[in-house]
Amino acid sequence: MQLTLEFGGGLELLCDSVKIHNINVQLKNGEEKLTMRDLLAWVRTNLVRERPEMFMKGDSVRPGVLVLVNDCDWELSGQLDTTLEEKDVVVFISTLHGG
Amino acid sequence: MEEAADAKARKTGVRLCCLCDQRRAALKRPKTLEQICRECFYKVFEEEIHQVIVENQLFKPGDRVAIGASGGKDSTVLAYVLSELNHRHNYGLDLFLLSVDEGITGYRDDSLETVKRNEIQYGLPLKIVSYKDLYGWTMDEIVKMIGLKNNCTFCGVFRRQALDRGAALLKVDKVATGHNADDIAETVLLNILRGDIARLSRCTSITTGEDGPIPRCKPFKYTYEKEIVMYAYFKRLDYFSTECIYSPNAYRGFAREFIKDLESIRPRAILDIIKSGEDFRISTNTKMPEQGTCERCGYISSQKWCKACVLLEGLNRGLPKLGIGRSRGLDNDGRKDVKHSTGTKNIESKQCGTLDF
Repeated sequence: MQLTLEFGGGLELLCDSVKIHNINVQLKNGEEKLTMRDLLAWVRTNLVRERPEMFMKGDSVRPGVLVLVNDCDWELSGQLDTTLEEKDVVVFISTLHGG
Repeated sequence: MEEAADAKARKTGVRLCCLCDQRRAALKRPKTLEQICRECFYKVFEEEIHQVIVENQLFKPGDRVAIGASGGKDSTVLAYVLSELNHRHNYGLDLFLLSVDEGITGYRDDSLETVKRNEIQYGLPLKIVSYKDLYGWTMDEIVKMIGLKNNCTFCGVFRRQALDRGAALLKVDKVATGHNADDIAETVLLNILRGDIARLSRCTSITTGEDGPIPRCKPFKYTYEKEIVMYAYFKRLDYFSTECIYSPNAYRGFAREFIKDLESIRPRAILDIIKSGEDFRISTNTKMPEQGTCERCGYISSQKWCKACVLLEGLNRGLPKLGIGRSRGLDNDGRKDVKHSTGTKNIESKQCGTLDF
């Protein structure tokens, strides 16, 4: 599944300082859909190069990291249970850096 | 594309904005849990700040106001919103951007570039005051001398004064800073943990320093960090977001994380903590530190010399530990005064970290 991920608010520093990543996630055998829970696990393994604790806590993002799916707050779409579709854009922004 | 998304939203049952019932909801407000669209969000976000400004009489027509601008999200959004509201509601303010250059290569020099772009984008005159000019030392030089311990104490004390000095140079009537609701809740908690009742009683005030030459105010006192960041994102505002290279600031970090954890369970908790801070009363027979002026530079101080002068004296004499920790000040022979002052005096010596900005 083709997705575009964008990291902001300092989170890009954890991913080689690259803000926008066009990625292709393979669905697991037998799975038909990809949820945000799956995507976060994928990002942690494949994109985050350092200090993963700045990005995640448990199986979700660290509190204080905002997530938007197609420019919509993921709190409106079920957070970890949000189902992703082909060509979706997912944005992660840290609120924890500087003022 | 927006319209297509709205149409899709209606078809698939995705929620519509609970205010206009027209457009696709774009975020959930932490303060009210309402689901609202972008346009309604801009409206309520700006309107609430306007109400806070009006109800608390933060400004008077004709005031010259300096916005403490670091290039970060809060001050960038503050500069943008204040200049919008100033036009829209005819506040009659002369707005300025005021930045402090601590002299931190790879951090402040980059964020100052953001402020310089903001100067052009928002058409607000910018004044930069530097530690080098004011004190003769950059933070890079200070860290070289004292290392990475206590450097934030120097930076915090110097910044506070630098902002006042810059404000005096601009001849402004007020300084507005970008402290948001999350910051203030965090400071309430920290002051409770430190037992710093003097700061606890004033850290929730929306305006401080009214007895001094240039009062400061916090128009974002009730504004959630989440909404500030969402606003900046949706409006594509240009801000800088890198952690200071010298600041691990662990203690504040714990409080911050705790606040964010609370928020994820019950977002109202942030406003509730601020309310608790506001309602704290200190018994009238508690002796509080008296505010006087520094004998050396004339800045407000509860001691003979203000903290910045003590720290600076230490740096210039090669005794950088002077003024750090519990020992206080210099006596006339220049010996370190190690006498532990009693009671409330110690409270004033503790630092409030970067939030004292």
